[in-house]
Amino acid sequence: MTTATAHEAHDDHGPARGLSRWLFTTNHKDIGTLYLLFALLMFFVGGSMAMAIRAELFEPGLQFVNPMFFNSLTTMHALVMIFGAVMPAFVGLANWLIPMMIGAPDMALPRMNNWSFWILPFAFTLLLSTFFMEGGAPAGGWTIYPPLVLQTGDAFPFLIFAIHLMGISSIMGAINVVVTILNMRAPGMTMMKMPLFVWTWLITAYLLIAVMPVLAGAVTMLLTDKFFGTSFFTAAGGGDPVMFQHIFWFFGHPEVYIMILPAFGIVSQIIPTFARKPLFGYSSMVYATASIAFLSFIVWAHHMFTVGMPLAGELFFMYATMLIAVPTGVKVFNWVSTMWRGSMTFETPMLFALGFVVMFTIGGFSGLMLAIAPVDFQYHDTYFVVAHFHYVLVTGAVFAIMAGAYYWLPKWTGNMYNETLGKWHFWLSTISVNVLFFPQHFLGLAGMPRRIPDYSIQFAEFNMISSLGGFAFGLSQLLFVYIVFSTIRGGARATDEVWDNPEGLEWTLSSPPPYHSFTTAPEVK
Amino acid sequence: MTEAHGGYYVPHGSHWPLVGSVGLTTLVVGFAMHLNGSDMGLSTMFAGVAIVLIMMFGWFGTVIRESEAHMYNDQVDKSFRWGMGWFIFSEVMFFAAFFGALFYARILSVPWLGGEDASTHALLWQGYSAAWPTNGPAGMGGTFETVGAWGIPAINTLILLSSGVTVTFAHWALKKNNRGPLVGWLFATVALGFLFIGLQAYEYGHAYSDLNLTLESGVYGSTFYMLTGFHGMHVTIGAIMLAIIMLRSIRGHFSPDRHFAFEAVAWYWHFVDVVWLGLFIFVYWL
Repeated sequence: MTTATAHEAHDDHGPARGLSRWLFTTNHKDIGTLYLLFALLMFFVGGSMAMAIRAELFEPGLQFVNPMFFNSLTTMHALVMIFGAVMPAFVGLANWLIPMMIGAPDMALPRMNNWSFWILPFAFTLLLSTFFMEGGAPAGGWTIYPPLVLQTGDAFPFLIFAIHLMGISSIMGAINVVVTILNMRAPGMTMMKMPLFVWTWLITAYLLIAVMPVLAGAVTMLLTDKFFGTSFFTAAGGGDPVMFQHIFWFFGHPEVYIMILPAFGIVSQIIPTFARKPLFGYSSMVYATASIAFLSFIVWAHHMFTVGMPLAGELFFMYATMLIAVPTGVKVFNWVSTMWRGSMTFETPMLFALGFVVMFTIGGFSGLMLAIAPVDFQYHDTYFVVAHFHYVLVTGAVFAIMAGAYYWLPKWTGNMYNETLGKWHFWLSTISVNVLFFPQHFLGLAGMPRRIPDYSIQFAEFNMISSLGGFAFGLSQLLFVYIVFSTIRGGARATDEVWDNPEGLEWTLSSPPPYHSFTTAPEVK
Repeated sequence: MTEAHGGYYVPHGSHWPLVGSVGLTTLVVGFAMHLNGSDMGLSTMFAGVAIVLIMMFGWFGTVIRESEAHMYNDQVDKSFRWGMGWFIFSEVMFFAAFFGALFYARILSVPWLGGEDASTHALLWQGYSAAWPTNGPAGMGGTFETVGAWGIPAINTLILLSSGVTVTFAHWALKKNNRGPLVGWLFATVALGFLFIGLQAYEYGHAYSDLNLTLESGVYGSTFYMLTGFHGMHVTIGAIMLAIIMLRSIRGHFSPDRHFAFEAVAWYWHFVDVVWLGLFIFVYWL
């Protein structure tokens, strides 16, 4: 970063000095950096909660935390990881990369861009402060189902308003992404020439604009049910607690694709570079992403097979859910075909991308199992579900973010990261994450319920193995922090191309790129 | 495009977003404290509102000055248009959540409570017969009557629809650079907007005191007041924005071919109009 400052010193469009640069910035790179660092911080905040959860589950019985606090930990772990770590990390990547990839000087609405970010630290201060409130932090699960969540103590309105603030931030961020992509492309950069990361983010942004307001509506109804006497979710007044679940999952299912589509985009950028072949089936990738996004709106009740639904509903949501396997399969086959007969090398970004393809697919298959309604009656609310969504979110979304960080870090900083340490990080993470989550499949199939601090004695061995994997995974991430910060501080100089002939406009800029990406638009042939 | 790219206005650092964050946070912390029974809550909340208002004056003021100084080229104008369009779409989805709740209650959950779902009816709420409007098997909030569609709501429909026409007349006047009619039609639109709000307020008073229709009147009262309440809030915001557009028109802002703010507010106004039609049909009429 310091070199970037020096490089641009002659230019009065360079960054401001000191703290005001970060507080008041309208620069997409500065804001991207803020998002990414915030996400990293939240990854460790949420991660430390996960460590406490795994410590408690290391042995049967109650060891370290009381059950109520355990429930707060699972609830807050999810909220922090989803809204604080994964989503902001993707927005950070979008900020850094989209203007560089489409040949734009900056994001379309730079001041609003600043606001999208600077709401987040406030929202998470609100959310995390609930740990110190009368009645403790929210403990009813991140899905905040009524009537349970209405029993939350003083934390309740803070939880609701924190979600409102995160929603405002996400919607503004998403609008900015859509406008940037639709309006800021360089001449010749037609829609079907856009890099897949840009495509997947465009579709993700539409999902965000469509469903974050629905979540805002749902939590507003919770608020009025608790404080203003409405009966949305009270059967006594003609409402229905199940209605909350429908509204929540109408948001919630697109939300899980919000956390995976940009990951698809990242992987689709990385694999061609290290296979030294163009991406196989570009347009089918675009259509598959759009299909997944469309289907995400009509599958929400597969999260609710056991709560009671007409048979026709069970069947519809089962088949619609299974249909998603088709476009997702298209993607996986395209990645594999891209590598077919490529001259592959296995630098750290490629390792994480390959880890993504293999392990995300495992998560996809367990998702297919969960989609089968009669089978889901057995699996619902067991550790099988926990294993499933951690495969798609940790080895899926988080691994893709790591892959992206290694892939573009030399571009952002102008310095090469330490390849040996990067490989260590990959292998430590991959081995430990499987030790952590794979046994949870068996625990779930054997009937261990999720969100309970204690368990029956027959689950002891697998839980102990899982916890050991968890601690190892947590510790391995410290290595990532070390690698990132030592790369920011120095290291071997990166060339402008960084990799062997990579595709994309961002590689035509210097490493690190100038403060304003493309002041004159490049010609795209 | 190439030229536009070179001239795309990227503003330098701005402190208004951070002021906005502080304001929003103060506002919601105050509200939360108030809901938790703190005496400091309301004053904190109003401090937050004040900070947000200062932010809006400052931020919008900056944008208006930049716009009047012709710092925005066509591409910036287009960004604003896309931005406003997708913002309105997000608002549509916000209302969709509440309409969804209304339809779910009317079509599914109330009939289930009334016996379509055998077990819920038999085990929990024997003797409840489904009907709409309803305040549920426990009769939450006591007996109530509903607001008829063909009184004030029908008049309000006419008012909002005419205001959609007057704002279009104002737009035509602006395009022909007829500043007098522009201000006049805008004034008519603002007046119709506030007339609507006044009638809604009167109707709320009537419903609360004479009909015993309150927010506590079961799922009917909940959906009725939340839908019409959020709509009323949006009409109020829209009317204030229209008033600001009128003041700006009086000051000579906007030109026949460059008037994004005018159009954005007009779109917003049509949006609250369309939402009202949904309300009139599904909340008041059917």
